[in-house]
Amino acid sequence: MATVSATLTWTVMIATSALCYLIKLVGYLVPARWFARERLQRINSLIPVVLLSALVVAQALAVKTHVVLDHRMAGVAAALAALFAKAPFPVVVLSAAITSAIVYRWH
Amino acid sequence: MFSISRQTWRDAVSVALTVGAYGVAFGAAGVAAGFSVVQTALFSLLAFTGASQFAAVGVVAAGGAGLSAVVAASLLSVRNALYSLQMAPRLETRGWRRFVAAHLTIDESTNVALAQSSLGPSAVRHGFWLTGSGVFIFWNLFTLLGAVGARALGNPAAWGLDAAVPAAFLGLLWPRLRDRRVRVIAGVAVIFSLVTTPLLPAGTPIIATVLVAVVAGWRP
Repeated sequence: MATVSATLTWTVMIATSALCYLIKLVGYLVPARWFARERLQRINSLIPVVLLSALVVAQALAVKTHVVLDHRMAGVAAALAALFAKAPFPVVVLSAAITSAIVYRWH
Repeated sequence: MFSISRQTWRDAVSVALTVGAYGVAFGAAGVAAGFSVVQTALFSLLAFTGASQFAAVGVVAAGGAGLSAVVAASLLSVRNALYSLQMAPRLETRGWRRFVAAHLTIDESTNVALAQSSLGPSAVRHGFWLTGSGVFIFWNLFTLLGAVGARALGNPAAWGLDAAVPAAFLGLLWPRLRDRRVRVIAGVAVIFSLVTTPLLPAGTPIIATVLVAVVAGWRP
């Protein structure tokens, strides 16, 4: 298991949960016109795309501030192949895990 | 809640069950990132918005600061505010029910609800509540399974869990890449985060890629 402080994990869990709930509550409490700006909506629709892309890089190719090519990228390559083959989500994740574990144990 | 159409039931149940698979992945990701089983389970109960939860534990796993984790997760959940704006007039909720509806306002509940529009306004409401509560049950149940399972397995790398997490992100991203423009933007985001990884503190390149979204979305 990764070793991170319990203070960090508790803080992240509680702060994220609180903010995510408040964000969900916005639409039920404020007038809709506040969110009507087109530019805001365009940028917002792209945020999942860029964050998910960056998260793939951070988790598959980075160790702290270094770019590293290791067993994780082998797993993600397998996931990519599964996605191209139109495999369902559990197959995508499993093929990544199995490939990565094999490469990891090989070394 | 009387006379809910079979189509609404079918949509809600199939979506709720599918989400279970993601719940296992999140449970494992949380434990692999260094969260305890209790923290991981509470995360799904309290935050209850998958992509943001993955992002928060992802930033922590990448060695990022707590603030980066919370900001990345919150940015990803802004779309829930847009969902709640769409659902508020359709649910006609008042008083304390609004606070329950808010918690259940996620991709799945909103999309199933809006897909029932042709069956009338009550089907939209049924779709929302059924899917929201169904996903809530399965998401939390499967998070717990994934977290307990990952804890029992031990070293995440030996079981490929450290690769399962980015693979899950890729799986979430994949359906959005059908659009050519979005593919280009995702490609730019990948290059941007690779270039900034050695330059910025750990975890911050994830937040910094929001710049790519701002630049790309500035003009239609």
